[in-house]
Amino acid sequence: MKEYNLREYLGLDEIVGPVFVIRNIHNVGYNELVDVVDKDGKVRLGIVIEAGKGYAIVEVLGGTGGLALKSSKVRFKEEPLMVGVSEDVLGRVFDGLGNPLDGMSKPLYEDYVDVNGFAINPTARDYPKNIIETGISSIDVMNTLIRGQKLPIFSGSGLPHDLIATQIARQAHVKKESFCVIFVAMGVKYDTAKFFIKSFEDSGVLERVTMFLSLADSPSIERLLTPKLALSCAEFLAFKKNMHVLVIMTDMSNYCEALRELSTIRGEIPARKGYPGYLYSDLASLYERAGMIKGINGSITQLPVLTMPNDDITHPIPDLTGYITEGQIVLERGMYSRGIYPPIAGLPSLSRLMKDNIGEGLTREDHPALASQLFACYAKVKDIRALASIIGEEELSPLDNLYLKFGDDFEKKFLTQGYYENRSLEQGLDLGWQVLSVLPADELVRIREEMIDKYYKKT
Amino acid sequence: MANIAGRVFRVVGPVVEIEEVSTLRMLDMVEVGDEHLVGEVVRLKGDRASLQVYEDTTSIKAGDPVYSEGYPLCVELGPGLIGKIYDGIQRPLEAIQEKEGIFIKRGVHVAALDRNKKWHFLPVKKENTDLKQGEFLGEVAENALIKHKIMAHPIVKGKLKWIAEEGEYSLSEKIAVVEKDGQDIDVFMHHRWPVRKPRPYLERETVSEPLITGQRVIDTLFPIAKGGCVAVPGGFGTGKTVVQHQLAKWSNADVVVFVGCGERGNEMTDVLLNFSKLIDPRTGRALSERTIFIANTSNMPVAAREASIYTGITLAEYYRDMGYNVALMADSTSRWAEALRELSGRLEEMPLEEGFPAYLPSRLAEFYERAGKVKTLNKVNGSITIIASISPQGGDFSEPVTSHTKRFVRCFWALDRDLANARHYPSISWIDSYSEYLDDIKEWWHKNIDENWLKLRYEIMELLQKEQRLLQVVKLVGPDVLPQTQRLILEICSIFKNTFLQQSAFDKVDTYSSARKQFLMLKIILMFFHKSEELVKKGINVSEIRETPIYKEIMRMKLTYSESDIEKLAKLPERIDEALAELSV
Repeated sequence: MKEYNLREYLGLDEIVGPVFVIRNIHNVGYNELVDVVDKDGKVRLGIVIEAGKGYAIVEVLGGTGGLALKSSKVRFKEEPLMVGVSEDVLGRVFDGLGNPLDGMSKPLYEDYVDVNGFAINPTARDYPKNIIETGISSIDVMNTLIRGQKLPIFSGSGLPHDLIATQIARQAHVKKESFCVIFVAMGVKYDTAKFFIKSFEDSGVLERVTMFLSLADSPSIERLLTPKLALSCAEFLAFKKNMHVLVIMTDMSNYCEALRELSTIRGEIPARKGYPGYLYSDLASLYERAGMIKGINGSITQLPVLTMPNDDITHPIPDLTGYITEGQIVLERGMYSRGIYPPIAGLPSLSRLMKDNIGEGLTREDHPALASQLFACYAKVKDIRALASIIGEEELSPLDNLYLKFGDDFEKKFLTQGYYENRSLEQGLDLGWQVLSVLPADELVRIREEMIDKYYKKT
Repeated sequence: MANIAGRVFRVVGPVVEIEEVSTLRMLDMVEVGDEHLVGEVVRLKGDRASLQVYEDTTSIKAGDPVYSEGYPLCVELGPGLIGKIYDGIQRPLEAIQEKEGIFIKRGVHVAALDRNKKWHFLPVKKENTDLKQGEFLGEVAENALIKHKIMAHPIVKGKLKWIAEEGEYSLSEKIAVVEKDGQDIDVFMHHRWPVRKPRPYLERETVSEPLITGQRVIDTLFPIAKGGCVAVPGGFGTGKTVVQHQLAKWSNADVVVFVGCGERGNEMTDVLLNFSKLIDPRTGRALSERTIFIANTSNMPVAAREASIYTGITLAEYYRDMGYNVALMADSTSRWAEALRELSGRLEEMPLEEGFPAYLPSRLAEFYERAGKVKTLNKVNGSITIIASISPQGGDFSEPVTSHTKRFVRCFWALDRDLANARHYPSISWIDSYSEYLDDIKEWWHKNIDENWLKLRYEIMELLQKEQRLLQVVKLVGPDVLPQTQRLILEICSIFKNTFLQQSAFDKVDTYSSARKQFLMLKIILMFFHKSEELVKKGINVSEIRETPIYKEIMRMKLTYSESDIEKLAKLPERIDEALAELSV
């Protein structure tokens, strides 16, 4: 970063949690960067969260542990937090503040950008198009991921979202263009972080992956910075270097917890469940950094992962996320306990941008109708299962029994796939037809007859 | 902006406190710092004032100068608004992109209306006559659809001393001179108006005509009047935005103001790309030629989001004053209420339920009151219809924004999560929704379509209520135990839901149904019901009726008969009789 020749102040006035107050200083700018030097000469970064006449309130990114009022020195750097960006970040592992964790030196940065980014002008945006294949049939066929989309995974504690996230990071690809993955882990435990690194090293994809790992024991405020850092890198790679970037962010719930913690310390008025009123705007400032730009080849696609507290989809975190993102992939506990991996629930999952990007000339002609039919039939299975639990399976009509058979096949053959099983879209679609063939052709009302003739029971 | 009105004292996010204030008034517009960030005065105390700033306040520090011209936050009104894309405080986004690139940086100042473009002005008022308040001076063809009436600022009245001849003028040339109280006032084709102040009109009129949206569940079951207000609440994924887009596309308003308030960037892109391509069947022109877009996506500054709703309604009022029927789509008012809450929190005001400020209901009321049908200052009729979506937290309709809004609107389209999960779109619930406009607009239907409209509408609603009760029984014991008459009700309601209520926004034929087609479909389904009822009473099974070709034809009628085949559809009722006659033998 730049060289500084700045005034230095000795002594703070007040420390509360990760925040301190300093008085009798020159007027400093809001949201600008601060160096805080403790007694041992260790430098921590801080950000001005309130700039007043002759005073400032500063949030310390490294936490305030060990800071003393009298011996701490403060330097105001008179610029907002800038982050170095470069193509060389690919294949590297960083901590939550962008320091290398892989034992190598910092990459040679090509540029420094404001970590908060700027809003993309709506007139400059291009509508997301073309798919990203993840090799997971329940996503590719049923909830297709589109370049420039933000599609979160709604999970719960104990569900295999870490596995799914790494499987996607490993398998995802776009056809014939340069593609990379930025993997952001916020507040994850050490062994999970180790698992992520090992998983990428073993499969040999680490060279196209950049990892930002903010561990559970680092100060919670660091987590607020990590995704911004990662997205600044993503913007550089996508819009300056024309790459297709997939940003996987796990676990957004930890990010929101950190935001709530900080908001409480600042004494702000809480909205719902103690989360600040600006949770929506704050999440949007991250999620909206996904997208495509007219005239630029690259794209940013986001796959945030969040654990729903108590599996409650109406909790503010999944609720507000759902309002910003373009669909959601919901994991279902019941399925997972029956041994189905990946346990992607049929009905509440949705990819909003899928409809314009699949079908003839884009994926395969039968794709839209097949996906819609699978949704419809599986919905019926759920109804029949509910009825069967009341009146008993024996009382069901023969057709209803076929539906139950379809339901089992759908879950065990179509949804279920191995952690190392990379299915192509074609294979996924064929498998979809295969499980549908349990049902009589008359039941496939959402598929046109030509399609049925061409694909039904042919695979 | 010349005068220094104060100096920054404290900065917390979008709220800036300033001191050394003497001349500022409440709601005056200010510019902060050397970059001239736009803001507004929201509190005055002694020599201090609080500002809400519409742009990112990074690097603003104490002591920075604050400038003011002494005007409140205004929009520019004049030819050139239609088809434009503005942010929440009427900055033209296309021009900003040209100047700044793909990202919106701060401190950008671009005039809302192009000063250089020439317009063909046609005077309608004679020199040396009295100019009344808000009277039309002339006309400009804004595009092939919109005749833009040129009005002076509503405070200007007096003797019209001079008016420009027919010809090409730009917005920077004066087109008239009015003498008011012995002083000459230059009049241009555009003027400024403060967004938070409703524009004047002569008197309110009662609503009488429906806004035909082409969406069957809306026009037939829960209609909205021109000049009415409707709220569309729904959890995420229930299709609020698609409903808004459909109405913006197909409703028979003259001008549409589309406010994307705190919503997704990609959605806005979808609208912008689509509206310039889609052709309005009524006029044969692109939809963008009657639409003004206001895009303040969720990641753009929160204070400008708060203002975007007012900017939108002021533009709507301006076109209403020309005598147009304007529809304002606000997607979504929850994001606006959240912006209000966020700013209120930063001002350290006392919070009420869920952190919303105490003045949330009065702000909502003020906004919805700006809708309505009026007699304008020029004694012509114009109207504003507000279609506001709400994103209730957790899909819970008892939260403050939804429950307060319900007090101020007379029409409510509740979007239902279960319907959306079953991919039944539009997922407007026929149980929870209502419209109080039925009696206001029934005359229109009876006069223009059919005098039995209201009767049939109540008839189908009654069937749907019955079905609701029957379905609870079916859930417990299965459908097989119901008597045939009740099974018929289930069957008819299932036809009605599948063919009538479900409407695909993405199908070329199905996306729009004219009022006539809607009525015919309703009539056919009810007629089919009555004929079948007779048969069932004679001992015919519902399953036999299901096997008839006419049943299948009715199931497919929405797609078989496009608007040009409507006369064929009108003949379908005659055939029901004979088709079912075979069964009764």
